[in-house]
Amino acid sequence: MLVFLLNRLWQSVILLLIVSIIGFTILNLMPGGPLAQFALDPGMTQADMDRLAEQMGLNRPLPVQYFDWLMRMLQGDWGTSFRDGVPVLDVIGRHLFATLLLMGSSTVIAIAIGTWIGIRGATHRYSMFDYSATVGAMVALSIPTFWFGLVGIYVFSLRLGWVPAGNMYTIGDGSVLNYLHHLILPSIVLSLVNVAVWSRYMRSATLDVINQDFVKTARAKGLTERRVLMKHVVGNALLPMITLAGMQLPSILGGALVTETVFTWPGMGRLFLDSLGYSDYPVVMGILMFSAFLTVLGNLIADVVIAMVDPRIRLG
Amino acid sequence: MPDQGAQPLQTADPAAPQPVLSVRDLTVSLPDGMERAHAVQGISFDLLPGQILCIIGESGSGKSVTAHAVMGLLPPSIKVTEGAIRMGGTDILAAGAETLRDLRGRKMAMIFQDPLSALNPLMTVGAQIAEVMMAHGVGTPGSRRARALELLDEVGLPDPPLMYRQYPFRLSGGQRQRVMIAMALALETSILIADEPTTALDVTTQAQILKLIRDIQARKGMSVMFITHDFGVVAEIADSVVVMEKGHIVEQGSADTVLRTPAHPYTKRLIAAVPHLTGTDRAHPAAAPAKAEPLLRVEGLVKTYRSGSKLLGTERVVKAVDGVSFDLWPGRTLGVVGESGSGKSSLGRLLVKLMDSDSGSILFEGSDIAALKEDRFRALRPKIQMIFQDPFASLNPRSTIGHILTVGPVAHGVPYAKARASAQDLLTMVGLDAGAFGRYPHEFSGGQRQRVGIARALMFQPKLLVADEAVSALDVSIQAQILELLDKIQRETGVGMIFITHDLRVASQICDEIAVMQRGKIVESGPPSQIFLNPHSAYTRELVAAIPGEQPGS
Repeated sequence: MLVFLLNRLWQSVILLLIVSIIGFTILNLMPGGPLAQFALDPGMTQADMDRLAEQMGLNRPLPVQYFDWLMRMLQGDWGTSFRDGVPVLDVIGRHLFATLLLMGSSTVIAIAIGTWIGIRGATHRYSMFDYSATVGAMVALSIPTFWFGLVGIYVFSLRLGWVPAGNMYTIGDGSVLNYLHHLILPSIVLSLVNVAVWSRYMRSATLDVINQDFVKTARAKGLTERRVLMKHVVGNALLPMITLAGMQLPSILGGALVTETVFTWPGMGRLFLDSLGYSDYPVVMGILMFSAFLTVLGNLIADVVIAMVDPRIRLG
Repeated sequence: MPDQGAQPLQTADPAAPQPVLSVRDLTVSLPDGMERAHAVQGISFDLLPGQILCIIGESGSGKSVTAHAVMGLLPPSIKVTEGAIRMGGTDILAAGAETLRDLRGRKMAMIFQDPLSALNPLMTVGAQIAEVMMAHGVGTPGSRRARALELLDEVGLPDPPLMYRQYPFRLSGGQRQRVMIAMALALETSILIADEPTTALDVTTQAQILKLIRDIQARKGMSVMFITHDFGVVAEIADSVVVMEKGHIVEQGSADTVLRTPAHPYTKRLIAAVPHLTGTDRAHPAAAPAKAEPLLRVEGLVKTYRSGSKLLGTERVVKAVDGVSFDLWPGRTLGVVGESGSGKSSLGRLLVKLMDSDSGSILFEGSDIAALKEDRFRALRPKIQMIFQDPFASLNPRSTIGHILTVGPVAHGVPYAKARASAQDLLTMVGLDAGAFGRYPHEFSGGQRQRVGIARALMFQPKLLVADEAVSALDVSIQAQILELLDKIQRETGVGMIFITHDLRVASQICDEIAVMQRGKIVESGPPSQIFLNPHSAYTRELVAAIPGEQPGS
């Protein structure tokens, strides 16, 4: 276990370094750059521009900028937003809660419903339920999220007026109920795709297990169907799902670009999009590194959890 | 449901041998589109109290379906269309799901062929045994645990308290099968259905499990329905025998009668096909030229597997092949026999260089190939070919037989037209129609596929064939044909052969010389007459004695 963790650690460090180099390079290769914003201002002279570049350290060679950024980041200074001069970590922190709320609730919905549909589809294979679930998943996967979002807003907000059309809360009303009211539509829209994905995986994982000999053994013991299913089938079918759940972590905190935009949800996804638009490189780099770190962490957690649940796996 | 916890087991009255299980005119249908309409058709038999009934047949005979029908465990796509299965006063086919569930585990228990997959990998052995009692509401958690410990002891597992906490993957195949038997015994069931319970085990383990089943059967007065394809096993334990062929019972009677004076031609054929230990050595025409140099000379071959970490002191070192030496002459066959984990398969992989050895030499036609790098060895590869165990997995399902046969030679620069011609010749030689060339593997039976596998190996006109358990997955009657074919090919082409097998009976049929391996070492080698009639090492004696249904030297 210790060897595994140490190995994983240095592999992750190298991986994150590579991600940061690639990200930094590509970002700075983009035409325009952070100064383009200021160039639009008619009062700006070339001298002003140069001074700005000097101030922001943008006139140095790229490798120097990169190492400067890397060294500061390692010391906890992720830079300052070009846009509003606030430290990047603060900017991320401000948007993290919104994303966690939205993604967390939609993921919980997706996993609960997806797991149930998957198991039921596998145990009632080729039934009406199974066919409907299959078709439903195909539809949910092939129609883009923003369409569901727009239709949802049109029907439930504009026509029926049940839920608000956007934002995380009504200004001036910070009550939990108000948050929840705003949460309903986006989290359901967002979980549609995840239910589809999760139920398909769960169905095939269950089918893999359901025909194994030990399930037959369980029946031969005289266990009730319910116990055979819950204890012997589902327990084993959930194993491969742990890896999938681990891969969800970065998206839970990384945000949903499209849905957050449609519902004007102040989360990480929108922050990323806005920051790109403003060429706010420190924030974009910050979000990039944050997601990369979460991906690595999510996979690591999944591996450790699997090793804890499955006695056959020993990390080393 | 009455509480069964304190109830004494029912002992059958020997004076009135009412069958504990009687099957009448059972017909089970297969789904449309299968090769035949019925898995079993109109079969009837009785299982008497305290009796071991063997149902024997080759693959596809319907013996397993019969066992599952009795347990009420047929998959939904396979339906019983006619007949009755009576157990005591209950008609199993008419019984509701809940009645059946209650009978399973309490009145009848089942053990399966593959002990590797028959236990839940995520539950401890003890919990899985206790679960049987829990399912039927017997006892308290404490009493169930105590009973499980008792059962572990009863089936001969060492250190029950430790065993109770183990996960199945830590146990050997034989130990897992003992756990399955312990589960079957938990509620003192009256019927034990064993579906090929020893097929996946080594001979010595098989002998132990057979003995355990027999002992327990005698001690508890259980009735056992034992499904097998092996007449050796039948001879070992059966009181009566049912012989099945393609879903029909062709013959039934007491074990003695069926084995000694089989009436039906199919039974006769099956019994005749059972490989027997021959103590006689293989005859070769006297003219066989004695070459001065062996085809293959292996000296001091070593392969070590390492796992864990040296740094943390958790390293495990397993010597899979430990100083193996032998000679093989052209036109001769060396049998390598041993149990699982003996290193025989590792040895095979070293010889065809699918794996590199740690030290030692492999002199092939005088030059050492052990140290050769892959790119230098490539030129020699056509001369050393392999025949694999599983005829289903070793042929690419998406390639035609023609493509499978010609792809290798074409890669080595043979013109396609020439490769095609020799492929068609070889198909005829291995007893297939030349028309097989354009067909796909799934259109062939296991035996036919193994013939394709042999033809594939022969495409290169190899000097050495390594056959790893080449007939183990086949039915006995097919096994005999393939062995005959290999013998014929060797006599015609003079190819040298390494024949790796766990089955001493098979080895005795085809080998000139046999090397017995144990823990990576060759413990004894010699001609079959020595190995089987006059074994020098204790281990060989043990192996020979464990062969079911054989008296050494008979």
